[in-house]
Amino acid sequence: MKQTDAAFAVVANNCTIPVSDIPLHPFVVFERLILDAVAADQRVSALFGVVSQKSGKLELYVVLSDDAQNQINICRAEVSGSGYPSLTPKIPQAHLFEREIAEQFGILPEGHPWLKPVRYCASWSGKDAWNRTADEPIVPAVTDFYRVEGEQIHEVAVGPVHAGVIEPGHFRFQCHGELMYHVEIALGYQYRGIEEAMLGERKNRNIHYIETAAGDTTVGHTITYCQIIEALSHTQKPARAQVIRGIALELERIANHIGDLGALAGDVGYLPTSSFCGRIRGDFLNITALICGNRFGRGLVVPGGTGYDLDDSMISEILTRLAVLHQEARDAVNLLWITPSVMARFEDTGILTNEFAIKMGITGPAARAAGVGRDIRYDQPSGVYRFSQVPVSTCESGDVFARAFVRWMEIEQSLEFITAQLKALSKGSIRVAYGKLEPESLSLALNEGWRGEICHVAITNTDGGFARYKIVDPSFHNWIGLAQVLRNEEISDFPLCNKSFNLSYCGHDL
Amino acid sequence: MFKGILTRIKQGYKTIEFPDGGKAPALSTRFKGLPFLDSEKCPENCNRCSEACSVDAISHKIIDLGRCIFCDDCLQACPFEAITFSADYRLAVRKREDLLVKPLQKEIALAEELDKQLRRIFGRSLHLRQVSAGGCNACEADINVLSTIGWDIGRFGIKFVASPRHADGLLITGPVTKNMEMALMKTYEAVPEPKLVIVVGACAISGGIYADNIHTHSGVGSLLPIDLFVPGCPPQPLTILDGLLRLTGRLEKGSDLFSKPDPFSKKIEFY
Repeated sequence: MKQTDAAFAVVANNCTIPVSDIPLHPFVVFERLILDAVAADQRVSALFGVVSQKSGKLELYVVLSDDAQNQINICRAEVSGSGYPSLTPKIPQAHLFEREIAEQFGILPEGHPWLKPVRYCASWSGKDAWNRTADEPIVPAVTDFYRVEGEQIHEVAVGPVHAGVIEPGHFRFQCHGELMYHVEIALGYQYRGIEEAMLGERKNRNIHYIETAAGDTTVGHTITYCQIIEALSHTQKPARAQVIRGIALELERIANHIGDLGALAGDVGYLPTSSFCGRIRGDFLNITALICGNRFGRGLVVPGGTGYDLDDSMISEILTRLAVLHQEARDAVNLLWITPSVMARFEDTGILTNEFAIKMGITGPAARAAGVGRDIRYDQPSGVYRFSQVPVSTCESGDVFARAFVRWMEIEQSLEFITAQLKALSKGSIRVAYGKLEPESLSLALNEGWRGEICHVAITNTDGGFARYKIVDPSFHNWIGLAQVLRNEEISDFPLCNKSFNLSYCGHDL
Repeated sequence: MFKGILTRIKQGYKTIEFPDGGKAPALSTRFKGLPFLDSEKCPENCNRCSEACSVDAISHKIIDLGRCIFCDDCLQACPFEAITFSADYRLAVRKREDLLVKPLQKEIALAEELDKQLRRIFGRSLHLRQVSAGGCNACEADINVLSTIGWDIGRFGIKFVASPRHADGLLITGPVTKNMEMALMKTYEAVPEPKLVIVVGACAISGGIYADNIHTHSGVGSLLPIDLFVPGCPPQPLTILDGLLRLTGRLEKGSDLFSKPDPFSKKIEFY
């Protein structure tokens, strides 16, 4: 394994290293290294383009998570000319990353099986991968879609504005009667350009961009961003703050999971659980609001610690509320498992296979429900999770039931975690000042948000501002998983499968 | 079946009483509502709050609620404690300029009800099509919560519907990304007249964090006429409900139900 060590910069979660320490390989070596790493069960956490500050040329960076070794491998390669041989045919989990690189820099992954725009935005480099002229309007989802042809085949198009209070996206179903042969999902409607907005000198708005990258994952994304700022400024954050962050992250997980369990019940027409969980979700959000005034945790996580502290009366209030809510949630959710009409819809619907989940780099509860035991809190722990582990909840069947049941198990684990942490909250400060950011360095942070792995990578310029800020929301990995499980299902099961993933549109579009 | 009924009994009745005789539900003591700027505490030529505000919500000591994201940036920048946020959740207005809070101003011109003709049409039944145009799913989530049993917005005849053709108006969130502009405009055109436009959240009012961003508009204002502005990032569900009830004339005059006497008496602790 000596060779591998020299091939990568090997780091831990929440690291900072000088950009010059990251090995720069010829593309053929880069490709070989990724192939070998993926064959050895490493995951592509991020693959993205960066315009080198030294040479002005485009470099591809890869972040590979080696969960077994509890380490992260990073390397880069320069790509010159108009393209490079696509990695996707050999490493399918690179598919969307390569489309993203093509869209952002106009560099073609030659041989990519499905090279289409990701977010329908103009290229950053001025070079367009699809040879569109500068004045040609770019309209989302106006493109070719995969089509199934045949006499009785019909196409159903849904969105961007679809039923319900929900973010916009466009879905194309290739159907034969009720049966869906194939679904293609076109996103980009939510594109706000967050990665571009983060660049340059440090701005007050940066943290607010991150808080709203995916508003239902405010805590997850903001912790990740703050860990990067702290790593780049060599800030030692207080233990108490790390625990409060962990509590907030688990509250966010519970609130979203319980809301989704209610929505799943609603999608199969089982109204009791749907009604109860909708209300219980709000009460969990109110606990976050109790801590920081905002139901989504805005302002709670700040660089250097947390913005708010807990006092003893608040801790006992939260513990009291949690005990009541736990019982209410248990009663409400357990109805699902004992109701045959619910289980008949949940079981064997929308099966994500273990093989597909691994191959495509699926993350979070969707992967765990398919028997893939990956969880950043366990595999690459940071903050409080280095001291207190949350058991990884997995299921084998990969269907809607498995995704629902994994979420329920996680709710129980998170409740236990929060309760234990609140009872043993260390004394001390919650916030320290942080200084200048290390120039020309790369920093990386991974966290297990409620949807799965959140990965941020920052590269600083000579002044310590961001030259590149890469955000990978778990939805970026998982949308393909949803499209896959819908194959050969009935179109009436689409809402159910969709909700079992409940992916973020804005987290994907940024 | 039996367990279902038993659970239903155990869960109890959870819908808030507000506004029918009941008080508004208690919000977090750290909730930030209507801000107040005590200019008497401001030294001359001090501009720290404006400089700290990432969304340019404060200029010449006037706080623009349409831009404000109710964060802590100005509070932390001001060593004189000149800015405080009250517990007053009532923030919805009918006119954009009513969102400007001048120094020492403790009340804003809350949303007036629709005129008689529109109230006759929408007062007891208001069906809205929600459009997220770059919203981050926080506003959307707290709009969704109004339909849960905790709030049960259906009891006011307000309902979110799937088709714009079945709707009486749009409820829009997000700064309006360029990529959603066409879909938003088509949805608006599909709503039959007369129709209302309600914007929820700083993004939809002014662009919020995404104001002056090249990939988004700075809110709905430059595209459509707006009937109700609900500020916040995201607004408390109670703020949204209060706005909708005021617009439809469902809040009786004088029954403001807001806990008296002085909502400005509390102090938010932060570090």
